[in-house]
Amino acid sequence: MGKKRVSSVIRPYLMILPAMIGIGVFVIYPIFYLAYLSLHKYNLMNPAKSKFIGLDNYADLFARDEFYKVLGNTALYTFATVLITLVLSVAIAVWVSKNTKFNQFIQAGIFTPHIVSIVSIALVWMWMMEPSLGFLNYILKSVGLPTSQWLQSSSTAMASIIFVSVWQGIGYYVLIIVAALQGVSPSIYEAASLDNASKWKIFYKITLPMISPQLFFILIIMTIGSFKVFDTVRMMTLGGPNNSTNTLVYYIYQNRTTNIGYASATGMVLMLVIGILTFVYFRMLANKVHYQ
Amino acid sequence: MASIELKNITKTFEKHDVIKDLNLTIEDGKFTVLVGPSGCGKTTLLRMIAGLDPQTSGQVLVGGKDVSKTAPGQRGIAMVFQNYAIYPTMSVRENIEFGLKNNKVPKAERIELVESISETVGLKDYLDRKPSTLSGGQRQRVALARAMVKKPSVFLMDEPLSNLDAKLRVQMRIELIELHKKLGTTFVYVTHDQVEAMSMADKIVLMNKGVIQQEAPPEVMYHTPSNQFTAQFIGVPPMNITYVREKQLTFGFRPESAAIGRSPQQGLVQTSGEIITREMLGSETIYQIKTPLDTFMIKSIDDQYRVNETVYVSLPEEKIHFFDDQEKRIAQDSSLYLDKIQALRGQYYG
Repeated sequence: MGKKRVSSVIRPYLMILPAMIGIGVFVIYPIFYLAYLSLHKYNLMNPAKSKFIGLDNYADLFARDEFYKVLGNTALYTFATVLITLVLSVAIAVWVSKNTKFNQFIQAGIFTPHIVSIVSIALVWMWMMEPSLGFLNYILKSVGLPTSQWLQSSSTAMASIIFVSVWQGIGYYVLIIVAALQGVSPSIYEAASLDNASKWKIFYKITLPMISPQLFFILIIMTIGSFKVFDTVRMMTLGGPNNSTNTLVYYIYQNRTTNIGYASATGMVLMLVIGILTFVYFRMLANKVHYQ
Repeated sequence: MASIELKNITKTFEKHDVIKDLNLTIEDGKFTVLVGPSGCGKTTLLRMIAGLDPQTSGQVLVGGKDVSKTAPGQRGIAMVFQNYAIYPTMSVRENIEFGLKNNKVPKAERIELVESISETVGLKDYLDRKPSTLSGGQRQRVALARAMVKKPSVFLMDEPLSNLDAKLRVQMRIELIELHKKLGTTFVYVTHDQVEAMSMADKIVLMNKGVIQQEAPPEVMYHTPSNQFTAQFIGVPPMNITYVREKQLTFGFRPESAAIGRSPQQGLVQTSGEIITREMLGSETIYQIKTPLDTFMIKSIDDQYRVNETVYVSLPEEKIHFFDDQEKRIAQDSSLYLDKIQALRGQYYG
């Protein structure tokens, strides 16, 4: 084998090496380390005293009621956030998709919350949701409606968090869908109007299928993102009241110092759940998505 | 089947009149071609008939019924778009069926219609395919089938062949003529290509800058163009038109009307000149000849002349057209025509 041959064989691997090192160090190694930790009773004071305990952490996890409570909360949060955001953002996008000055203004307005830090947003909404002095109850009272306890009651806290998350995220998704809508050739709509299609029929037989790739993309990244919700919970409720807003990632965070092995096991379960969900989505929906 | 009438139609885009007070009657069952350079308003006109961009003022009548305010889907019209506008997410069958479903045609009848139409256009084996797997010609057929299946009283076509390659275009042209014969429906066809217009139309409507220049069957338009624009738009190469300053007259002739030869010949106008370019097209050859009068394009079945050769050009009297200072053609039975003939007679130019 000549010198030239060798270099042409090695060169491609050399080229991708920097990226592979990055992925190895920051993705693959942490995953394996997480799996490793989840099988140990980890001693934070003296790592040398850590003990391999097999699947005990997992057994412990699945035996605790609070884990199911937290998992249920996360699922509810994800389901509600994804569903509400998708429906609302499609509706708003259809409304503002025509490229006029007014619509651009509306789009900019809806997008603005997305560029503000979630910490600031959470703080502002906490003030507004304050039951006795907050703005929201003030409004409700002044129009004669019953007030709410918002974040301070276990029956309304989750709904309040979902509300803030949807409010913060929706502008971004509206933008994606508007772009998708504007990419649909207007002559297709003209053909449909000549085919005597009703507005509703045009929407679900033409518009929705045409933007299905973007909807599918949003569905997946939002599901993954929502399952990992942390900042809103951390800022607004600390998982309370009475664990009613505690979610998986916040639960992991709570156990970060007291029981690292246990927290790692929860992390592994979270990863698995997201993996399964994504797989199921692809299985169920991929053939319904229309790629050009 | 239906005739179409446009009455005092005006279309304004952003305060600019694209079409102003236009009147046009399109006869029932005829193949009418709207032709003109890009931006002449022909597509705008077609879209007004379809109801896609309604007119600013005026009336559109289809089959004698005023449809000015009727939705596109209820005008009894089908349209084939330039880019076909097939629904990409639907199969060929769903594409063809969509209009029928919206019109609440019963399922059994729908299936029968789709089957028979797809047979006609040769798509039977492709009914369950997605449009993205079809070739350009097949997509064109889907668009045609989708229009035909609704049994419309009027077919509108907006440059339907412009996305096909040259060979397929010629073939589809013939198929469209046959289709029109078979259906006997009113066809309104928009194109910028005068060859398409000449080859397919029962009647050509030639437009320029939002104004109808001439409405006539192809042969009438070719032999008696109403003005200089028509004379130069129809025909390849266009009519040679020359202004003779000393006589203050404008005359024109078709490229195939002149005779060329190596010796002087009889004719109302005689001149000679050098061949600048030569295009051998097979059955005929087009020479560009520079004479003292002007540079002329001349079509001849004789391909023996070569570039740089000097040849004699002569024009018979009956083949010459005269135009007045409004660029209108002067009719052959008018006295003005005789004056012009006299003025041009018997002189050798060059």
